[in-house]
Amino acid sequence: MNLTSLAGLGIVLVSAILLAVFAFLYRRSPFVFRKIPAFSRLRQAINFVVEDGTRLHISLGRGSLVTPFGAAALSGLSLLRKIGETTSLSDRPTIATSGDGLVSLAAQDTLRASLEAVAPNQPFNILNSRFTGPTPFSYAAGTMPAIRDEGVATNVLIGNFGVEAALLVDAAERQGALIIAASDNLPAQAVLYAATKEPVLGEELYAAGAYLQAGAFHAASLRVQDILRWGIIAIIVVGALLKLVGIL
Amino acid sequence: MKLKGLFSTAIAVISGMIVLVGLFAPIALLPVISSLFLQWASILAGIAILIGIFSMFGTHLSKIRQRSKNSTYSFALLLFFLLTFFASALPQNTLLEGILLNNIMIPVEVSLMALLSVSLVYASARLLTHRTDLKSIIFIVTALVTLIGLTPWPVIGTLPIVSGLVQMLAAGGARGMLIGIALGTLLTGMRVIFGADRPYGGK
Repeated sequence: MNLTSLAGLGIVLVSAILLAVFAFLYRRSPFVFRKIPAFSRLRQAINFVVEDGTRLHISLGRGSLVTPFGAAALSGLSLLRKIGETTSLSDRPTIATSGDGLVSLAAQDTLRASLEAVAPNQPFNILNSRFTGPTPFSYAAGTMPAIRDEGVATNVLIGNFGVEAALLVDAAERQGALIIAASDNLPAQAVLYAATKEPVLGEELYAAGAYLQAGAFHAASLRVQDILRWGIIAIIVVGALLKLVGIL
Repeated sequence: MKLKGLFSTAIAVISGMIVLVGLFAPIALLPVISSLFLQWASILAGIAILIGIFSMFGTHLSKIRQRSKNSTYSFALLLFFLLTFFASALPQNTLLEGILLNNIMIPVEVSLMALLSVSLVYASARLLTHRTDLKSIIFIVTALVTLIGLTPWPVIGTLPIVSGLVQMLAAGGARGMLIGIALGTLLTGMRVIFGADRPYGGK
């Protein structure tokens, strides 16, 4: 095992231990996080769609679950699970779209599980989760009709998107629908920062579950991210200083 | 948790652990098993695309059946889907395949790209109406300075100081964002391995 693998394994083990510890601590005394306006709006929007009989649409992007981009989709799926449980019994249940076959199947399973959790005997419509296109623009073109034609009042774009996300934001704004968007892709983040009213930036994408009370592990993972981030900052600063004095 | 959920969670957790440890530590057969699991995942991802395409077909067929709003687009999509499928599947049909690719697919994607550039300019112009704060002003100023710095000007070419400064700041900012995203990715994966997130269903 080389030094890089050893360091990688070390980070994974430390993260796992910290995650378990903070999940335990959270159950004893929940943490308070800083306010992210987009997630406060999302909570309001979820209540609104249930009361108003409108629909919520979650788009999970194009990141395949077998690539590192799948983590953003996983974050979207945990949000879908949480939202699905709240909106499953409304007149217009939540729909999910994605540009990856595996994510689409996982979304279908997540929506089904959400419905079974609140109404086990209710029939599930498999078309509530849709694969809309395998390439960036076909995905955007396939998702736009879902935003436009199905009485959607709130759109959540969470996953791996490219700059084509601007087309989806534009389509949602034309319908006067609320849009909350987060991507792990840097150009897409710049686009979404300009195009949306309440942008979700950087790693805030992975905080969605914690802010919607998806469970102790979600809250714990935010704490662990903070600790690891401070660790990395310390390493960068020390490294820069050592380089400055000529040791490195 | 139901037995089915318990079983799928156990499989996901064990497979995740094997792949993760196999990635870092060359212990016995772990890397081989890990690589085999990843190959299976890739094959399943391919099959999932096929299932996704059937699902897309079903969605549009249902829209046509229900005569829902704008079902004409669904009809056009299915028609061209079948046409493209047969043009690609049947041997010695390169002429029709070429026509569909060069005269429909590429022009449509290029048109969407053109539409995207208009959307982006419009979004930038509206940014200050959405949020008139310091961060938005910095965003707009940075975008303008970047454009000025990276645009090749007549006689002088690009402005080396501006483009160098912009690239240095952009690289620093991008690395910061990417470190945050990498940490988020790591912790999301850990949650799946702990069985806290179950994208495969089950409570």
